[in-house]
Amino acid sequence: MRNVKFLLEKEFKQVFRNKAMLPIIFVMPIIQLLILANAATFDIKNLKLYIVDKDMSSVSRQIINKFEASPYFVLEEVSLSEKYADEAIQDSKADLYIEIPKNFEYDLVREKHAKTKIVTNAIDGTKAGLAMNYASNILNDYNVEIAHELAISTNSMPQDQLKKINVEYSNWYNEDLKYDTFMVPGILVLLVTMIGTFLSSMNIVKEKEIGTIEQINVTPIRKHEFIIGKLLPFLVIALFELALGLVVSKLVYNIPILGSIGLIFMFATAYMIVFLGIGLFISTFTTTQQQAMFLSWFVMVIFILLSGLFTPVENMPEWVQYLTYLNPIRYFIEVIRMVMLKGAGLENITFHFKMMGIFAVIFNVSAILRYKKTV
Amino acid sequence: MKKLLVFTKKEFYHIFRDKKTLLILFGMPIFQILIFGFAITNEINNANISIYDKSKDYQSQKLINKILSTNYFTLHSYLNSDSEIEDAFETGKVKQVIIIEPDFAEKLNKEGEANIHLVSDATDPNTGTTLINYTSSIIRIFANELNKGVIPDFVIENEIEMRYNKSLKGVYLFVPGLITVILMLVSAMMTSISLTREKEYGSMEILLASPMKPAIVIISKVIPYLLIAYTDALLILLMGKFIFGVPIVGSLPLLLAECALFVMLALSLGIFISTKAKTQQVALMVSLVGLMLPTILLSGFIFPVENMPIPLQVVASINPSRWFIIIVKDIMLKGAGLDILWQETLILLGFTLGFILLSIKNFKVRLS
Repeated sequence: MRNVKFLLEKEFKQVFRNKAMLPIIFVMPIIQLLILANAATFDIKNLKLYIVDKDMSSVSRQIINKFEASPYFVLEEVSLSEKYADEAIQDSKADLYIEIPKNFEYDLVREKHAKTKIVTNAIDGTKAGLAMNYASNILNDYNVEIAHELAISTNSMPQDQLKKINVEYSNWYNEDLKYDTFMVPGILVLLVTMIGTFLSSMNIVKEKEIGTIEQINVTPIRKHEFIIGKLLPFLVIALFELALGLVVSKLVYNIPILGSIGLIFMFATAYMIVFLGIGLFISTFTTTQQQAMFLSWFVMVIFILLSGLFTPVENMPEWVQYLTYLNPIRYFIEVIRMVMLKGAGLENITFHFKMMGIFAVIFNVSAILRYKKTV
Repeated sequence: MKKLLVFTKKEFYHIFRDKKTLLILFGMPIFQILIFGFAITNEINNANISIYDKSKDYQSQKLINKILSTNYFTLHSYLNSDSEIEDAFETGKVKQVIIIEPDFAEKLNKEGEANIHLVSDATDPNTGTTLINYTSSIIRIFANELNKGVIPDFVIENEIEMRYNKSLKGVYLFVPGLITVILMLVSAMMTSISLTREKEYGSMEILLASPMKPAIVIISKVIPYLLIAYTDALLILLMGKFIFGVPIVGSLPLLLAECALFVMLALSLGIFISTKAKTQQVALMVSLVGLMLPTILLSGFIFPVENMPIPLQVVASINPSRWFIIIVKDIMLKGAGLDILWQETLILLGFTLGFILLSIKNFKVRLS
C-alpha cells in the first residue's frame, strides 16, 4: 500500500506541474456550465408565427386572438396572401404560419365544415412537432368552443345538454417549465464523464508513448497498485469538479437540490469507477494519445446521444430504449435528475447502484486482465 | 511538385499504418448517422403513465381504454390514493399521472361536465408538455364522440403541412450538422494534433532543416486529411440520401464546392492551432474546447441559435460552423442557390483567409 501512496504523490505532482492542464481542469467546468446550460436549450416558447387571414371575418379574428393570447407563440405578422408567409418560412423568419382561407366563416356556418392550413418549417423536427401540436390544440379547442356556440345559436339548444370534459393540468417538479433546471444536472454528469474518460485514458497512453511506462514496469510495483495509483487521482479530480459544478448550479442557476448531496456523491463515486475502468480499458487498446483521444471521443459521443441527456429516452424506438440499459451514462443522468429535482432516496435507485456495480466489475477486471507488464 | 507528391505519400503511409485511427475516422460518421437516423425520433413512444381512477365506472373505463390504445403510452400502474402519486414519480419511471374525479359518468350525464386532472413530470419540460398535449387531444376526441348526434357538427379541419421535411425526421437536421462536425473534427483537430506531434517528437526540426520549403512540408501534411475529410462528408451525404431519404434539393456541385471551402477553413484553423500549441495534449484540449464544443453547441446543429441569450448568439456568430450549417441546410433541404447564400459564403472565405494569414505570421521556421 505504501507504493500506492508514492504513485499518488507522483501523479498529483505531474498534474499540478502541467500549467496548461490546470486551467482546463479547473476553469473548463465552470465555462462549460455557463455556456452549455444557456446554449443547450430546446425551449419552445416564442415560436415565430405568421397568420394569413384571407377571410377577415369575426371568426378569423377570434382565431388570431387565441394565438395572440398563447404563451407559446409570438405573432409576427398578419398578412393577406400566403406568398409573403412562404417567403418568411424560406428565410427562417417564421417557424410556422396559419392560413385561414376565404369564406372560412361562411363555410363553417353554412357547410358546417371549414379548413385551415398549418404550415411549419420542419427542418428541425422537434420544434416543428411541438409547434404543430400547440397550434392544432389551440384550433381544436376553438373548434369545440365555436361549435357549442353555433349549436346554441342556430338550434336554440339548451346548454346543459352538451357534455364537457374539463382538463386541468399541473407540471410537477418544474412548474415554470425552465429548461436549465432540466439541463444543468445532466451537464454535471457530462463534466465528470469527460474528465474521467479523456484524462485517464490519455494519461496511461502518454506514459506508453513517451516510454516511461517501461521504467514503471521494471519496478516491483504490482499491477493493481499501478492501476489504483493511476485511477485514484482522477476520481478525486472528478469528484472535486462535481462539487464545483454543484456550487455553480446552485449559485448561478438556483437549481434545487431536494435529495441528499451525500447520495449524489456516493453514486458519482460508483459511476466514476466504471468510467475510469472504461478509460483504462481504452488505454490498453491504444498506443498513441491521438488514438486514445479518438476512441474515447467515439465511445463518449455514442453513449451521450443514447443517454437521454439531450433527447429523452422516450423519444427513441422501443428496441433502442432497451439498448440504453447498457449505457452507464443513462443511469447517472437519471439518478442525478431524480435526486436533485425530485428528492429521490436510496431506495429508489438501488437498481441503478446494482447496475453500476456490474459495469464496474466488467470494465475494471477486463482492463486489469489486458494490462500487461511486459512490452 | 514531385517533392510534394513524395511527401504526401509519406504522410499517407503514416496514416494508413495507424489502422485504429483510420477505422475510427471512417467508422465514426457511419455509426453516428445510423444512431441519429434510427435512434432519435421526434415522437414519444411508450411513455410510462399511471392512472388514478377515482370513479371506476363505464365512462372512465372507456376513456382509459382509448388513451391506452395509442402507441404513446404504456400503463405503468393503477393508483389507489393521493399519496401514491408522488411515489410513482419518484421512482423515475412514470412521466404522467391521469386523475379522473369520482362519479365521472354520473357527473357527465347529470351536470354535463366532468373534470380530469393531468399531472406531468416536468423535469423535462418538453416531454412533459408534449404528453399533456397528447392526452388532452385524446380526451377532446372522446368528448366530441359523446356529443355526437346531440349537436350538429361544426368542424374546423386542420390541414397540416410539414415543409421541407414531410415525415418530421430528425435525421434531416442531423445530416448537415454531422457533416460540419466531421469536417471540423478530421480537418482541424487531426491536422493540429499531427503537426504538433512532429514538433513534440522533434521530427519537425529535421523536416525544416531539409531543403524542402516549409510551405510544402505543411501542405503535404494537410492533403491526406483533406481527402479523408472529404470522403467522410460524401459518405454522410450518400448514407443520408440512400438509407434515410434525406434529399439534396439544391445544386450538388455548389454543395460540394462549399464543403471544399469549409475544409480549407478547418485546415487553416488546424494549422493555426499547431503554430501555437507546444504539446499534443494542449493541441487536443484546445481543439476539443475551442472547436468541437462550439461546433456542436453554438452552431445550430442540435440547439437552435435563436433560442440562446444574446451574448451567446454573438459568440455563435464568430463561429464559422454556424454559417456552414446554414449553407448546407439551405442547399440540401430548401434548394437555395448562391443568390441567397452569398453572404454566408463570403463570411467563410473571410475566415479562411484570416486563418491562413495568421498561420503564416505565426509559423516559425526555427524551433527554440
